Amino acid sequence: MGLDIRLPIGLMFGLIGLILTVYGVTAPAASQALGHNVNLVWGLCILAFGTVMLASWKLFPTKPRQQASHDDSEPSRH
Amino acid sequence: MHIDLSTIDYSILAIYFVFVLGIGWVLKRHTKTSSDFFLSGRSIPAWVAGLAFLSANLGAQEVIGMGASGAKYGIATSHFYWIGAVPAMVFVGIFMMPFYYGSKARSVPEFLKLRFDEKTRAFNAITFAVMTIVSSGVSMYAMGKLLEVLLGWDFDLSIWVSAAIILGYIYLGGLTSAIYNEVLQFFLIVLGFVPLTYLGLQDAGGWSGLKERLAEVATQSGFSSGAWSHSWQYMGSAHANPMGVEVFGLAMGLGFVLSFGYWCTDFLVVQRAMAADSMSSARRTPLIAAFPKMLFPFLVILPGMIAIALTVHSGQTGFHLPLKPDGSYDYDLTIPLMLQHYLPSGLLGLGLCALMASFMSGMAGNVTAFNTVWTYDIYQSYIAPKKSDNHYLWMGRMATIGGLVMSVAAAYLAQQFNNIMDVLQLVFAFVNAPLFATFLLGMFWKRTTGHGAFWGLLSGTLAATIHHGITAPIGAQTLLKGGWLHSPIHLYPSEMAQNFWTAIFAWTTCFVLTIVISLATRRQKSDEDLEGLVFWCTKRQVEGGVAWWKRPAVLGVVVLAMTLALNILFF
Repeated sequence: MGLDIRLPIGLMFGLIGLILTVYGVTAPAASQALGHNVNLVWGLCILAFGTVMLASWKLFPTKPRQQASHDDSEPSRH
Repeated sequence: MHIDLSTIDYSILAIYFVFVLGIGWVLKRHTKTSSDFFLSGRSIPAWVAGLAFLSANLGAQEVIGMGASGAKYGIATSHFYWIGAVPAMVFVGIFMMPFYYGSKARSVPEFLKLRFDEKTRAFNAITFAVMTIVSSGVSMYAMGKLLEVLLGWDFDLSIWVSAAIILGYIYLGGLTSAIYNEVLQFFLIVLGFVPLTYLGLQDAGGWSGLKERLAEVATQSGFSSGAWSHSWQYMGSAHANPMGVEVFGLAMGLGFVLSFGYWCTDFLVVQRAMAADSMSSARRTPLIAAFPKMLFPFLVILPGMIAIALTVHSGQTGFHLPLKPDGSYDYDLTIPLMLQHYLPSGLLGLGLCALMASFMSGMAGNVTAFNTVWTYDIYQSYIAPKKSDNHYLWMGRMATIGGLVMSVAAAYLAQQFNNIMDVLQLVFAFVNAPLFATFLLGMFWKRTTGHGAFWGLLSGTLAATIHHGITAPIGAQTLLKGGWLHSPIHLYPSEMAQNFWTAIFAWTTCFVLTIVISLATRRQKSDEDLEGLVFWCTKRQVEGGVAWWKRPAVLGVVVLAMTLALNILFF
């Protein structure tokens, strides 16, 4: 359908994760919650998620759809 | 009281909106036919359709409402997931999707036309179209209100800007745009709420600390100490649990009628599965959605439970729920206030982004369902048949504009007359509850006739109205809650119990009358006509060429086993 959704997901969360990570490193005092630097920790997790999405988009591109690939849509006998 | 956002929070919000509109803009090039616009050209992979299937329902009412219910009723709220949604999703994937997808119907009303007749379709199309506009308007109103209270943003501006953004991406990319944004929203909600639950739980002293505090909540409200932390143990009697329902009303009303009615017949969610790229993907769509669905109580209900626990017995950070002017807790602010309390700048922006995404997806889901039903089932069927495909594509885009303008109007109406919205929503609940009986009989009993379906449906709606008119929940102040036809002949312990029983009466009436009227009227459709529409007239699907772990039956069993385990774990 033209656009593989893994691309925008990967880009958006990669970017948000990066911003949070950088903020967590540069402003550790403002990133605290209950003794954790949450922006840094969670920023890295989100960055990792975005990277996995981008990697999966790059490494496993969707195959172009064949017209008759409706795997089990053909009804057969009882 | 307002939350102060910093530059970093605003930049996260800005990135989200750029991506939302960007997706629409990129997809515009690929949206050439009405099938692209309304059905995503039936080309969506199963996992994308599955996450959208879940997200389309994950509007703000869900996120805000489930948090509020978690605080009010405790873990019993998870019944909406573990006996309600999940079994219904398995049923629609395994038993109903073969007919929805296999019939090539483009909408739920169109399926009713193929299976029954024109009048049943018209009835469903019109009520559904009105319902989507009202839901989208209410969602918009709730968002405007929340942003005003929370951030001090202007109500009018919030409404018009959100409408313009939704218009932008649906106008350009149609259903595909909406589905893609629902998937983004799914990940935003998960990633935005996980830290909230984690921090809240830590503040409450972990699961054991939370349980101790919830025991205090329960005893203070006059229940046994486990009433907030056990989902089934206190369901034997309606007076032993804060929900005020007992096991039969729960299983039959919520589990069977309301949940199956919603997940199996509401075009808003079914449309996502119809857009899947093959029959196999369409059947897997609700099953894939069921996996995250069964875990969502930990993201949306648990924070509510934490909030009430900390209010009664404060934790180290002093979080507590605010009081309303009448002295009761303001439950609806549970999730937003927890976001504000626990998350520092940065993650706060992400959390708010998740909240706004859920509002917008809730509206967008309704708008895409509306423009499809309007264009195919009303415009093409009754107003302008036999036009070119381009004309219907144009109509779909116009219907998107029209739908959003009407939603905005509905939002202002809700602001003016709060009660009118409640009345309308009530009426639609009456329409939806019996619909599942119509589908069940239609898909599994070939003798069901069009007259039976139509009059059964109408009588079911009428039965719901009458039941609501002659009963009331205890302590009801307004006639809106019931008892407006006659002084209440039965009082329910809670509004929820009354809702469940209204649904049970409506469903049973529709089920029985549809059978009786069908037997009394002549069958219009032969077995050949019903091929692909009725279970017994359709050749069985053979799962050739699909890996065993992708087969609907296998997935369904796994989903049900996991849900059973969750029910036992939190019994």
